[in-house]
Amino acid sequence: MVNITVNSQIISVKEKTYILEAAKKQSIDIPALCWQPGLEPHGACRLCLVEIEKSGRKRMVTSCNYPVEEGLIVRTNTEEVVKTRKIIIELLLARCSTNKKIQELAEKYGVTESRFEKKEEDCILCGLCVRVCREIIGKEAIGFSGRGIYRKVTSPFEQPPQECIGCGSCAFLCPTGAIKIENGLNMRKIAEINCEIPLVFCQYCGRPIAPLRQIEFLKEKTSLPEDIFYTCAECKRKNYARRLIAMSSKR
Amino acid sequence: MKIKNSSELKNYYENLIIKTSKREKRTIVLSMGTCGIARGASDILNSIKKEVRKRKLHNRVEIRVTGCHGFCEVEPFLIIYPQGIFYCKLQPADVRQILMESIEKNNIIERLLYTDEKGKKIIKETDIPFYKKQMRLLLGSNRFIDPANIDDYIAQGGYQSLSYVLGNMQPEEVIEEIKKSGLRGRGGGGFPTGRKWELCRRAPEFPKYVICNADEGDPGAYMDRGLLEANPHSIIEGMIIGAYAIGSNYGYVYVRNEYPLAIHHLNIALQQARDYGFLGDDIMGKDFYFDIEMVKGGGAFVCGESTALIASIEGKPGEPRAKYIHTVEAGLYGKPTNINNVETWANVPLVIKNGWQRYSKIGTETSKGTKIFSLVGKIKNSGLIEVPMGITLKQIVFDIGGGIANSKRFKAIQTGGPSGGCLPEAHLDLPVDFDSLSEAGSMMGSGGMIVMDEDTCMVDVARYFVNFLKEESCGKCVPCREGLSAMFEILTRITEGNGKHEDMDLLEEISFAMKNGSLCALGTTASNPVFSTLKYFRDEYIAHIEKKRCPAGVCKNLVHYEIMSDACRGCGACLKICPVSAIQGEKKKPHSIDDTKCIRCGECFEVCKFSAVRRK
Amino acid sequence: MREKEYLFNNANKIDEILVKHGMNRSRIVAIMQDIQNEFGYLPEKNLKYISMKLQTPLSQIYSIATFYRAFSLKPRGKHLVTVCLGTACHVRGGARIVESIQKMFDVKPGEKTKDGLLSLETVNCLGACALGPVVVVDGKYHGHITISRLERIVKGILNENKK
Repeated sequence: MVNITVNSQIISVKEKTYILEAAKKQSIDIPALCWQPGLEPHGACRLCLVEIEKSGRKRMVTSCNYPVEEGLIVRTNTEEVVKTRKIIIELLLARCSTNKKIQELAEKYGVTESRFEKKEEDCILCGLCVRVCREIIGKEAIGFSGRGIYRKVTSPFEQPPQECIGCGSCAFLCPTGAIKIENGLNMRKIAEINCEIPLVFCQYCGRPIAPLRQIEFLKEKTSLPEDIFYTCAECKRKNYARRLIAMSSKR
Repeated sequence: MKIKNSSELKNYYENLIIKTSKREKRTIVLSMGTCGIARGASDILNSIKKEVRKRKLHNRVEIRVTGCHGFCEVEPFLIIYPQGIFYCKLQPADVRQILMESIEKNNIIERLLYTDEKGKKIIKETDIPFYKKQMRLLLGSNRFIDPANIDDYIAQGGYQSLSYVLGNMQPEEVIEEIKKSGLRGRGGGGFPTGRKWELCRRAPEFPKYVICNADEGDPGAYMDRGLLEANPHSIIEGMIIGAYAIGSNYGYVYVRNEYPLAIHHLNIALQQARDYGFLGDDIMGKDFYFDIEMVKGGGAFVCGESTALIASIEGKPGEPRAKYIHTVEAGLYGKPTNINNVETWANVPLVIKNGWQRYSKIGTETSKGTKIFSLVGKIKNSGLIEVPMGITLKQIVFDIGGGIANSKRFKAIQTGGPSGGCLPEAHLDLPVDFDSLSEAGSMMGSGGMIVMDEDTCMVDVARYFVNFLKEESCGKCVPCREGLSAMFEILTRITEGNGKHEDMDLLEEISFAMKNGSLCALGTTASNPVFSTLKYFRDEYIAHIEKKRCPAGVCKNLVHYEIMSDACRGCGACLKICPVSAIQGEKKKPHSIDDTKCIRCGECFEVCKFSAVRRK
Repeated sequence: MREKEYLFNNANKIDEILVKHGMNRSRIVAIMQDIQNEFGYLPEKNLKYISMKLQTPLSQIYSIATFYRAFSLKPRGKHLVTVCLGTACHVRGGARIVESIQKMFDVKPGEKTKDGLLSLETVNCLGACALGPVVVVDGKYHGHITISRLERIVKGILNENKK
């Protein structure tokens, strides 16, 4: 364990944890859009900037990827930190001028209006979608393309991604709601990444369960009986109940 | 043939020297770097070859093709040794006369000599004022070296530093020597080289890598191209010495894809170094293996940043890494990695050869040795120069550069590429070293020096760099990507005459956030060109914003061309040159410009002999 | 039939390149450079092929292909005009040269003319700064270029084509 001081509060944390994690455990508020427990820190949104002091020298670092050290002094709300953070939020608000989540964030940190030219993007390029697909799902169906101001998240050649299993983890983690899942009659559609995959229906009630490729993926990963994959949650519950009743009545 | 130890190298060197001293042939040295070739040096070479054949001069003359010597302004040029006669601004037609007069006979052709400011003809290259104030420790031997021939390098004493190091020094002693010399990284960062090596040597993991950063991305800078094209072995030798000191067996040179000739020469040099046994197993008879692989860049400025460069070598997009751990501890493939710039590596053999005492006598208190700059822009003598650290900007611009071209007035000097800034006349007395220029809001950087005159618009220059960076940034972090995008929009509206007074504050606020918040050095320094022009040339911003005027006459929307009918003779020169046919008029009658078609290229303004075209 | 043969030959060429680089995943940028040199651009099917052969996700390859400027996913024109936009060239009027070429030949930077004969590209610095403004036409460097001289050069190579 090492001791660090965050906003004059001394806390004891496990070695090798990052400042942001340590602060979160103490309910100290540091905004972060590209950070997610379980994923490698990305350091892209830069909202989690804090000031650190080490042997008398101060500097600004991103707390999501700065590991704690004994005696480290962290300040999350110095004048400079707040000013930098506000301009970064203002820049994000200009990029996503109509996005509700970004508007809420801006309001929370005291940015009411962006003085820069407004655009109507939803994606902030935090990369959570790309990283969850790579680090957790292991598929790397989507990635970044281009660079500089032309950078964006896309599937290869902007075509339906072959590796995508349609699990929707990308949409689930997206902090701004830029990626949306649409379950149609027969297909699951994730338009932002050009994904369109047939759904599998419950063998009992006919309701959609999950995309076909996701089921195949899960079958490969686990050794559960086949039947489970083709039964929706509701029917599974009913089946268990039925079996239970049958078992009790036999007795 | 392998050279197996220091005495073999010594013998080989002595034989080379004896061979040259016995030679009775004259040598024609032709500078054929990329710039020389662009100026027609290949045609000159072909004519020389043809004439030599025709005149059967094989036994009397030898041709040596070298890299760039530095004085690009007067290319193509050649030097005839042993006399050292320097002929410049050559045409293929001149070759015949040169061979007749200066090779077959002993005459000097006056008209092909360099003429200085006062009209005096100068015979020897070294007597030209451009070279006089320079200290050419690295570039000086370029004229003796055919980069495709390792023997030329050895004849200049090449690989003797390596031989000395391997024969007489422990790795720690090499590091100590470099530390004492005061050598600092020439790529722009200025980190003490010896300390970097030491950190990398001490890092516990293996293997260790050494990398030469030859991804010279700063626009307006070509020092590294010059060295790679002209003297690649000096870099290779430096890397081998560094690898020995650090304890590394694997090296990489990461070269820009835009430098085909440099890549070609480096490839040849690496192969020759392997053939001679300077790379590979048991170098100079010592139990030491080291080899170098060349990696071509993909055309991305950000790859000059060390962690982006590493990502690129690993076969990934060149995105800087978001980690607070130095590459000397965890770099390429997560292993200790020492990255130095081309010029830094080239300095290493020199430090060893001269000893740290002599080396550290050159320069200032904190910056030792010489520095190569590419002196370009609106300057009379463009070219690569090498000067001792601490020389003033004024000496560079006026004594070496010969002042501003076309009798215009000096306005600014831009150093440090997109991470640097523009300094006005008042700062010309600043000494050029790692620290002084930074204090003034610019930086020495890797060595680009772009001179600007009264016809350069500083708002346009700021917009140029922001435009450059918005496409060259990797786009990963918000302040850099969105900040550059916002800055570009603001600067564009200022140059179009739609700027507002608050825009200058906005630019400063974005600068602040980018400096504090960006992920890598590209972003933290990206606002320097904007910040420095706002600081020193604020009046130009104000003229654009308030008076809707571009004082330099550059910003298209704020400039109009018209033909004054009383001055126009109707010669038709402008009509002929206009690329978009925006000029009409009958012969011998005043012409006129259709403003809706005009693209403000200024060609008519330049071509008019009667000053009838007015820019306002 | 013909197409099959082409595909086969093509794959052969790519295999050659892959083998030359020891099927090494980390040399993917170099592999892609070789493909670019071979075909003048990166054909989609070849990228899919190397993705399979090197067992590298296509998304990674696509990222690399769109990140580095040396790569092009579309075939280039028969002739290539590259205008240098380094700082030294900029202060000597590089941007105007791009604009004039754009207007004269109706082609945008990064694209080719409708007849496919001419591609216009810009580069951030060729390191031939003393000669600014610099333009490279089909590999040949032209220093101190003027708009009218460049027009003559480009029209010259285009006319040769018509003959």
